[in-house]
Amino acid sequence: MKKNDDKKAPQLLQGNEAIALAAIEAKIRFFAGYPITPSSEIAELMSRELPKYEGKFIQMEDELSSMGAIIGASIAGLKSMTATSGPGFSLMQENIGFACIAEVPCLIVNVMRGGPSTGLPTSPSQGDIMQARWGTHGDHSIIALYPDSVLESYELTIRAVNLSEKYRTPVILLLDEVIAHMRESVILPQKEELNIIERVKPDIPPEWYVHYKDSPDYITPVANFGEGYRFHITSLAHDKYGFPTRKIDEVKTMMDRLRNKIYDNLYDIIQIESYKMQDAEIAIFAAGVVARSAKEAVRIARKQGIKVGLIRPLTIWPFPDYDVQRMLEKCKDIIIAELNQGQLYHEIERVWSERTKSRLHKLQRYDGLILSSEQILSKIAEVK
Amino acid sequence: MREQIPQKIIHKYLRQKKHFPHVWCSGCGIGIVLGDIIRAINLLDIKKDDIAMVSGIGCSSRMPVYIDVNTLHTTHGRAITFATGIKLAKPNMKVIVITGDGDGTAIGGNHFIHAARRNIDLTVILINNNIYGMTGGQASPTTPVGDIATTAPYGVIERNFDICELAIAAGASFVARTTAFHTIEAKKIIAKAISKQGLALVEIITQCPVIYGRFNKKGSAVDMLKWQRDNTIPVESISKMPEEKKKGKIVRGILVNKDIPEYTKEYEKLIENVSKPQNYTKTHKKI
Ligand SMILES: Cc1ncc(C[n+]2csc(CCOP(=O)(O)OP(=O)(O)O)c2C)c(N)n1
Ligand code: SF4
Repeated sequence: MKKNDDKKAPQLLQGNEAIALAAIEAKIRFFAGYPITPSSEIAELMSRELPKYEGKFIQMEDELSSMGAIIGASIAGLKSMTATSGPGFSLMQENIGFACIAEVPCLIVNVMRGGPSTGLPTSPSQGDIMQARWGTHGDHSIIALYPDSVLESYELTIRAVNLSEKYRTPVILLLDEVIAHMRESVILPQKEELNIIERVKPDIPPEWYVHYKDSPDYITPVANFGEGYRFHITSLAHDKYGFPTRKIDEVKTMMDRLRNKIYDNLYDIIQIESYKMQDAEIAIFAAGVVARSAKEAVRIARKQGIKVGLIRPLTIWPFPDYDVQRMLEKCKDIIIAELNQGQLYHEIERVWSERTKSRLHKLQRYDGLILSSEQILSKIAEVK
Repeated sequence: MREQIPQKIIHKYLRQKKHFPHVWCSGCGIGIVLGDIIRAINLLDIKKDDIAMVSGIGCSSRMPVYIDVNTLHTTHGRAITFATGIKLAKPNMKVIVITGDGDGTAIGGNHFIHAARRNIDLTVILINNNIYGMTGGQASPTTPVGDIATTAPYGVIERNFDICELAIAAGASFVARTTAFHTIEAKKIIAKAISKQGLALVEIITQCPVIYGRFNKKGSAVDMLKWQRDNTIPVESISKMPEEKKKGKIVRGILVNKDIPEYTKEYEKLIENVSKPQNYTKTHKKI
């Protein structure tokens, strides 16, 4: 891995390396983690790079503590992240819920591997899509982004850190094992091209400070620990000052806030890629590495005169309901291609209604290999 | 320095307006420990802005909300992990962890051991009431063998942790034990623990009269406090004591106080070294 400075030249980078580089660029200055394939390179690189930027790296005793430590560091003012895979992601869930309820920005990278349990530790899988959404207990909203290339891993890492700071929420970056370990030649964006969001600090007297202040767009200045604003943060339901409450109006206000700060800002959070959809009669819905095979399949099928397109979510949570609805209204056949037993399929089914008239087709693989463009092509031929 | 009368000191540090009455039962010892901590902070004269108090989940872990510092009430067993993040992000802050016997040595036992091994500069105040209070009286790793708990209706058959021995074995630089009864001693020990650079563990044996005491016929809160007085002996006097007087007694006081490298300081050195490549290669060669 080269230093960031001579960036105009193309570099040969792994997805995991791109994430570490982007994290440094996004001003992540704290990493806590526990080794796990296929994500360990991120921790290794952060342990090497962070001290050069006066940042801190700590290898914790497990993923429960890694998640706790990044939340603590974020509360004390450092942009923080961790990286893991399925089993570790499961262990992080309780404290991800803490970051949700306490509104603590942080980044969790989950390089997915085959599950359940130890499953297929070195094989690709898209089995954690639902865990990313509903892994922690209780109602909550979450943002999860999903790149399909090394360059996009870099870009979405920066975007993930920005979104987490802006909306004071944990953001999950889901990555396919293939993208994490694959090397691609990339030209990283120049520093000036990047828009890095910094936490806005309050400039009012501490007595006036309200940690969970109401504001129409939910974006308010946030104080860090140790900077003169003394306040309380709790895992319990709390009022706007952060003090525990069981008053029904205060609890409802808190719960609504957690949902609305994400769902009132969908226009800002959701990104999808729409590929050759203008005249498409068949649409493929796929994310991450599967979308790459799908794109190839679309190109080949188009040459054969088949009107097929691709919808690829870059933001997987919140789910792009609106775009999916348009796809369902427009196309007569939808192929949902994924490396699991139907986690995306069920979401599409949720958005589907009689009115859309489209037919849904499953294309699933969960044996440790990815879907090839040939497999997608034969599915296209089958439904056409 | 002459001390003011205790109530006045407490008023300087409590968040009076919003949060009283507190959640604890009458006769509970946790409030006494809160008083001890406040008096220790006052003795050291540390700025409130520079203190973070971090807790897990349990009756004992409800403490931070009452005190006017940077307070964080986390998840069950994980307080030390959040505190580790705060300390690394703001090394100049005094980070105090409040935990219970269940929070700190059952669900959070692994973090406790590793924080001691790293010797990271945290003050861990472990309130040992020999039971899971908050959840209604289940057995904890420190419920004495033979005692009754809701999940040990025939008496506990598991051996207990000696929390201080655990911390010593894991490498903490400061280890002490006291009780809710010995509040003057507790204040002094807590002050020393906060001043210590490294992981400082203070186990405070505390009465839970409403659950542990009632199940095990330990009498009133006052009886339990008297038990603490009569069944503990100061570490300074054990060498002079005849064996039969020591039998069955719990040792109080500072058990370990040693100067060993502290994690955040070591990390700062690492940053310093990395920023100067010549130093970096030097330290590299040493290995
Ligand atoms: C992950 C998880 N498991 C279980 C609980 C339930 N729980 C809450 S407090 C507690 C025990 C607390 O005991 P201790 O740490 O000894 O504190 P005390 O209440 O006695 O002060 C338990 C088991 C929880 N909140 N979270
Ligand atoms: S249950 Fe026991 S430990 Fe909890 S508040 Fe009551 S007396 Fe104290």
